[in-house]
Amino acid sequence: MTASTGRSYRRPIALFWWLSRRSYLLFVLRELSAVFVAWFVVYLLLLVNAIGDGAPSYARFVDWSGSSWVLVLNLIALAFVLLHVVTWFGLAPRAMVVRLRGHRIPPPQIVAAHYLAWLLLSAIVAWVVLR
Amino acid sequence: MADEITLEVARYRPEVDSSPVMQSYQVPLREHWAVLDGLTYIKDQLDGTLSFRWSCRMGICGSCGMTVNGEPVLSCATFLTDYAPGPVRVEPLHNFPVIRDLVIDIEDFMAKLPTVKPWIVRDVQSPVEQGEYLQTPEELEEYQQYSMCINCMLCYSACPVYALEPEFIGPAAIALAQRYNLDSRDEGAAERLEVLSSPEGIWACTFVGECSAACPKGVDPAGAIQRYKLTAATQTVKNLLMPRSKR
Amino acid sequence: MSTFHDVVVIGGGGAGLRAAIAVAETNPALRVAVISKVYPMRSHTVSAEGGAAAVSAADDSLDEHAYDTVSGGDWLCDQDAVEAFVAEAPRELLRLEHWGCPWSRQPDGRIAVRAFGGMKKKRTWFAADRTGFHLLHTLFQTALSYSDIVRYDEWYVTKILVDDGRAYGVVAIELATGRIETITASAVIVCTGGCGRVFPFTTNANIKTGDGMALAYRAGAALKDMEFVQYHPTGLPFTGILITEAARAEGGWLLNKDGYRYLQDYDLGTPTPDPVLRNMELGPRDRLSQAFVHEFEKGRTIDTPYGPVVNLDLRHLGAKLIDAKLPFVRELCSKYQNIDPVTSLVPVRPVVHYMMGGIHTDIRGATSLDGLYAAGEVACVSINGANRLGSNSLPECLVFGNRAGRAAAVFAARYRQAVPSAVQAMARDEERRLAEELARHAEGHERIADIRTEMQTTMENGAGIFRDGDSLTKASDQLHELRMRFAHAAIDDHSKDFNTELIALLELGFMMDVAESIIACALQREESRGAHQRTDFPRRDDERFLAHSLIQRGADGTGRVSYLPVTITRWPPGERIYGR
Ligand SMILES: Cc1cc2nc3c(=O)[nH]c(=O)nc-3n(C[C@H](O)[C@H](O)[C@H](O)COP(=O)(O)OP(=O)(O)OC[C@H]3O[C@@H](n4cnc5c(N)ncnc54)[C@H](O)[C@@H]3O)c2cc1C
Ligand code: SF4
Ligand code: FES
Repeated sequence: MTASTGRSYRRPIALFWWLSRRSYLLFVLRELSAVFVAWFVVYLLLLVNAIGDGAPSYARFVDWSGSSWVLVLNLIALAFVLLHVVTWFGLAPRAMVVRLRGHRIPPPQIVAAHYLAWLLLSAIVAWVVLR
Repeated sequence: MADEITLEVARYRPEVDSSPVMQSYQVPLREHWAVLDGLTYIKDQLDGTLSFRWSCRMGICGSCGMTVNGEPVLSCATFLTDYAPGPVRVEPLHNFPVIRDLVIDIEDFMAKLPTVKPWIVRDVQSPVEQGEYLQTPEELEEYQQYSMCINCMLCYSACPVYALEPEFIGPAAIALAQRYNLDSRDEGAAERLEVLSSPEGIWACTFVGECSAACPKGVDPAGAIQRYKLTAATQTVKNLLMPRSKR
Repeated sequence: MSTFHDVVVIGGGGAGLRAAIAVAETNPALRVAVISKVYPMRSHTVSAEGGAAAVSAADDSLDEHAYDTVSGGDWLCDQDAVEAFVAEAPRELLRLEHWGCPWSRQPDGRIAVRAFGGMKKKRTWFAADRTGFHLLHTLFQTALSYSDIVRYDEWYVTKILVDDGRAYGVVAIELATGRIETITASAVIVCTGGCGRVFPFTTNANIKTGDGMALAYRAGAALKDMEFVQYHPTGLPFTGILITEAARAEGGWLLNKDGYRYLQDYDLGTPTPDPVLRNMELGPRDRLSQAFVHEFEKGRTIDTPYGPVVNLDLRHLGAKLIDAKLPFVRELCSKYQNIDPVTSLVPVRPVVHYMMGGIHTDIRGATSLDGLYAAGEVACVSINGANRLGSNSLPECLVFGNRAGRAAAVFAARYRQAVPSAVQAMARDEERRLAEELARHAEGHERIADIRTEMQTTMENGAGIFRDGDSLTKASDQLHELRMRFAHAAIDDHSKDFNTELIALLELGFMMDVAESIIACALQREESRGAHQRTDFPRRDDERFLAHSLIQRGADGTGRVSYLPVTITRWPPGERIYGR
């Protein structure tokens, strides 16, 4: 039943509010990381397309990829995607409660399991590629 | 240890101020004094016009949330000596309209709370004469953490999503919904699904995690939300596959 | 402005919310409103730690609960009320369970019970050591499901409107805006809680200023047994934060400065390593607090900057038990005292905790005025007599909140009456008075806080654990003087927006009424019983004082004390025996 007086003060949101706190910055960066995840998808599609068009096309793609600005872009994208992954894994134990024989698996173990799975997948990919 | 410390307190008197101004007070710096003790000292001895809420002074009633040196805290559970030599900046909780000085308007939360039905919902109420609904300690533990919320609003104050999208139901309300969803005596999860999985519900949250960091009672609202995302997603898929079977 | 509700409940604590739900359930056609000076879930019930008593174990019986209560109350309880109370308490706690209260459980899923002071059997239900918190939030959240219960959150009641012996509603201020409104009703239920803040050192929250007692008293209702103020033996020095009795029920010991379990010297039994019911540390609170004073007089307490203390030893319980059963105790000790009870002794001293007295009601919760009801700590039914047993008051809030709610619902439906013009005039007078209070300017030079502090010290010195004729007379004179000074107290804040200084002023006014009635009743009772210990009359005197004191306000504003016999049904007055 409390009626607002209409005189209450609302603090405006500062333009750089997201710089005020590490976690806010991280939050904004993670939001931003979606753009780079999208970029990797586009990059992958371009790669597939280039392979499909034959060897010369693929060679051109590799050249292009080697150009410094694409390299820099990909490095930045990699950093963002890693950020995405790390924060996502950090979140995992909060989202899932896994029980083993009635006991709740402690969060660090869930995180560890995620990293292990990641390593394993990477190893398989590496094996396929480098074989 | 110096025997005084400066409190810089945000003052907002709607009758005279158009926006808050800071005012400084010198208060004794004593062992065991909470920031709240400093404020009551000001009110009792220096300036009776300072307004703020408090009651239990033992961290359980949830009245005294404030922003101290930029952090949302319970002022009765935050100690002056931890800020020595000062000054200590005391402001109202962020993300809420300020009614007066350190007093914020929480009507928005109070209006949202009933929408998530934070009470036991059952198809059939069995009469109390038949005794208690059995609940093992393990079943109790399932939801216990989420039942610890004192409605102090620190999590809302810490949440940038709430700041940007005031429609967001918010951490504490969602955690309370989960408290009932996970209670073995409750059968209302399906009724809560719609509100919780709306755009203003869990999906507005992008897991900043600040709510859980701010929570003085270890409720972990961020965890509650993430857990519910998994539940809601599974439920949506189930509903897609089996549109007619409810619950 | 004026609004009408069939039933108005003042207070949103355990008793108030229970009463409101009872009204809504009894008669859904009634419009019920809850007015509370804080958001309901911030009410003081939230601080209760230890638990709520109700017979549930197979080896227990209603008679035993009744006997423990009556003997614990030094035979000043009305036994018909106690019998009703013990009979309905289990149902009420079960109802809370159905509403979702997270009661601690046994491995098989049934409710767990723990021991408590003065109780012969284990019958205290608990939700870890945050019982009141869970109870209040469960009630509040359940009340949300009754969309017809209208809430006035953060509204402060300043007057109960009474004409010709019948209540017609209240006048209240909306804190956020300073708006004053007359809220009329066919029935009013007062559930405003206790008055611990009348004393300097208390476990009670800032809001416990005895408003309801004074509101009813000013409206012409009688207050009962006001001289009975409970000191809890274990409060943290400086803050007064409570260390729940559950700490002793789980096996904690009280040690003096020599590490000696001193209670054995005060006819409270012999020490055993494991807790024994109604023995030693599990004796009643009045006796334990009195034993502390004797220890102090013998020089066996420990001096600290915040007064003498003894030690509560929980170390032998171990971290596992403490975390499971007393997590809040551990949290409070580490936060407010900087110690860990798992490894260190906890310094404690007696602290004002609970008001046994209050608004005189019958066992339906009805006061001496028509249409005015009361329940919870503000009321005196009386089931607590001269000393409340720990964990009886939460169920009291539920049992008598429910009873008062039902009775008020019936009354409101039956006697709907137009508000007489005299009441409207009274409401306008009250509005004028409040405007004047707000305008109080600095012509006076007294600070509210100074007068309040002096009143509190006066009460502690005059009406502490032990009192006598001289200390009480002196306190009475000092209160009189403070009353004059209070008339000139000034406020700095003249704004309408969330003016907490105006509220502090009004609260102080209420507390002065309460303080005066405590002193007046204590002065007249020339005996020692339960929490009322007169060193000049050290014996219980059933000849003269097996009776409740009633105090009523006369036309000149002073209180008149009279007596009402205690209702005895099955337990004739006997000796209080503990540890034997
Ligand atoms: C620290 C502590 C621990 C305790 N532990 C236990 C325990 O373990 N077991 C047990 O049985 N008991 C315990 N008690 C006692 C018990 O908690 C209280 O007696 C009980 O909670 C009182 O409830 P209530 O509903 O009467 O009042 P409260 O919960 O105090 O509620 C009072 C209500 O009235 C409102 N109000 C007051 N004045 C006004 C006004 N002027 N205008 C509008 N609204 C007003 C307030 O806003 C509030 O909503 C404990 C008490 C304390 C202090
Ligand atoms: S979840 Fe934690 S921070 Fe948020 S309101 Fe509840 S207790 Fe406060
Ligand atoms: S005053 Fe109650 S939580 Fe701080």
